[in-house]
Amino acid sequence: MLFKTVTKDNFRRLVEIILEANEVVGPKKVGVDRRGKAMHQFLPVQSFDELDLSYETTQYSAKTYFLPFRENLSTYRFDDGDWTQEIRYRVQPRALIGLHACDIDALLKLDKVLARDRFPSPYYLSRRRNTFIVGIDHMPCEGGFCQSLGSDTVSHGFDLFLTDLGDRYFVAIDTDYGFLTLQKVPVSEVTEEDRRQYLAVRREIAAAFKTRINTDNLPNLLDIEFDSPVWNKWGDKCFSCGSCAMVCPTCYCYGVTERVSMDFREGSKVRQLYSCNLADFAMVAGGHNFRPTRHSRLKYRYYHQHRGFVESYDEPKCVGCNRCGRACLAGINPPEVIADLRQAEVSR
Amino acid sequence: MSILLHRYEVTKDSDFMAATDFNRRARLQHVDRAYKAEITNVIQLTQMEKLFHVRIMNDAERERFSFLPGQFVMLEVPGYGEVPISLSGSPSNKGYIELCIRKAGTVTSVLHQARRGARVGIRGPFGTAFPLESMKGHNMLLIAGGLGLAPMRSPVFYVTEHRAEYKDVHILYGARDPSQLLFDYQYEQWNRIDDVNLHIIVEKPDDKWTGDVGLITKLLDKIVVPPEETFAIVCGPPVMFKFVCSQLSRMGVPMHRMFVSLERRMHCGMGKCCRCNIGSTYTCIDGPVFDFWTVMNLKEAI
Repeated sequence: MLFKTVTKDNFRRLVEIILEANEVVGPKKVGVDRRGKAMHQFLPVQSFDELDLSYETTQYSAKTYFLPFRENLSTYRFDDGDWTQEIRYRVQPRALIGLHACDIDALLKLDKVLARDRFPSPYYLSRRRNTFIVGIDHMPCEGGFCQSLGSDTVSHGFDLFLTDLGDRYFVAIDTDYGFLTLQKVPVSEVTEEDRRQYLAVRREIAAAFKTRINTDNLPNLLDIEFDSPVWNKWGDKCFSCGSCAMVCPTCYCYGVTERVSMDFREGSKVRQLYSCNLADFAMVAGGHNFRPTRHSRLKYRYYHQHRGFVESYDEPKCVGCNRCGRACLAGINPPEVIADLRQAEVSR
Repeated sequence: MSILLHRYEVTKDSDFMAATDFNRRARLQHVDRAYKAEITNVIQLTQMEKLFHVRIMNDAERERFSFLPGQFVMLEVPGYGEVPISLSGSPSNKGYIELCIRKAGTVTSVLHQARRGARVGIRGPFGTAFPLESMKGHNMLLIAGGLGLAPMRSPVFYVTEHRAEYKDVHILYGARDPSQLLFDYQYEQWNRIDDVNLHIIVEKPDDKWTGDVGLITKLLDKIVVPPEETFAIVCGPPVMFKFVCSQLSRMGVPMHRMFVSLERRMHCGMGKCCRCNIGSTYTCIDGPVFDFWTVMNLKEAI
């Protein structure tokens, strides 16, 4: 990894240069919540000032720019009893500025499923490789437990990664495109002082985490506690609304539906993100539902996050952003559910 | 001094230059491009099930399409949807694909209205297969219940086409009543093959039925095979293979020598949509064929 420093003015200039010819997406303030706290979303911006790089977190993750909630997989044209299929991939470059480490780590997890595993998805890969990513360090967000999952830092998966050193950014450069792009503005070599300050900031961030989950032997615990009443307790609260999966930066499950236009000349095959908590997720033709109860679906989601993904990729699927916990209308959140499961383990 | 960010043309990626082949799973390709196929024959099997002969229209694509018994395809009716259907034909049949389809949902209902000549889409084959190669030299118990004969018919073809390489072969088939028996026109053919024993049982006989009556496990009581030299393939509803496999276990057949085929909802066939997950196992990638030991260890499998 190469490191440089860039002044904040020059970084601003860099974003303005990118903005002149490209779409730029970043954290934008969209309102305030009940407690008067600023709310942010990753949205397209027209100027540098629309970006709020000191944001705490966003309601939705940046997943939507790689796995949109709805995406056309193919279009059919019908003519005289025959059809033709047309497939288009999104190839417009886009810059995504201000991603936190957990969201970049989430992309690395998605890469494993969608870009590198069996049947790599050209829809995803095209969006992923056409996105220029600038990450940024930040103080822990409220309720975030990314440190427990090793997602508070990230060593690749971005083009540039910034750490705030006051008047300048310490920049980690992971790709040659990142390097070339950064060359458009004056940068400085890293000094001993920069290095010392950078490490101090990293230490300060690491020490500031308040929320933790105990991940020791968690995959095994989930297996042992498969029939635990804890699942019924939390499942009884669950509305099966699927909000958790919608805001999750790593939930990738989906449903495919097809439609025909009113004049029967055209059809489309559309992928829409889904949630394993929705009632018909595992229902098959004929009406049988493999997960008919709320608690069985909620349990499945935790099982996939903290055991299933580990079996496949040696790491949990969860990055600890706690967006699901904040979005849940019933107050279900991973730190409490997992602590509860551990309690059950102890008391028996 | 504006700059254009690097543009990556995914279809210009070198992998994309080759033609779509679903047997090459690691390759970057048009995973949602379907082979166009024509329905050449529709055979009414029962009131609810039809057998479709489907021919991939492009010669090169038809040549490239090869599968193993136990695998499935995603069958698409453009504009209506896509469904996973197990391959019911012989893998050595290069001319057409055989799909036995029950009228059960939206897409299958549309298919049941389709006539000869209709054009559908095929993606696949997907999933795991029965390890028929390693079963050679052993006795074979091919046990199907109800619609389970649809995925079972492919291994039956394979075993009968390679009959000399297997020891005793028993085909056991159970259905609710005689009107629900699938592929009844083939029983005589299978039975006449030297040393292939076909046993059929129904739960509710009609006036004309002269055969066995009861559950499929009753047929199993009559079979005598040395368990240490036997493989079993069991296809049917979960409650059926659970009882059958337990009985086979008691007979002494090891669980890793019993193979079952699982059914789940699927929206992709490629280990992406998660709809078919059992715990964390993708039925479409790690299955649909599993040995019974694996099934026993899958939460929610049965």
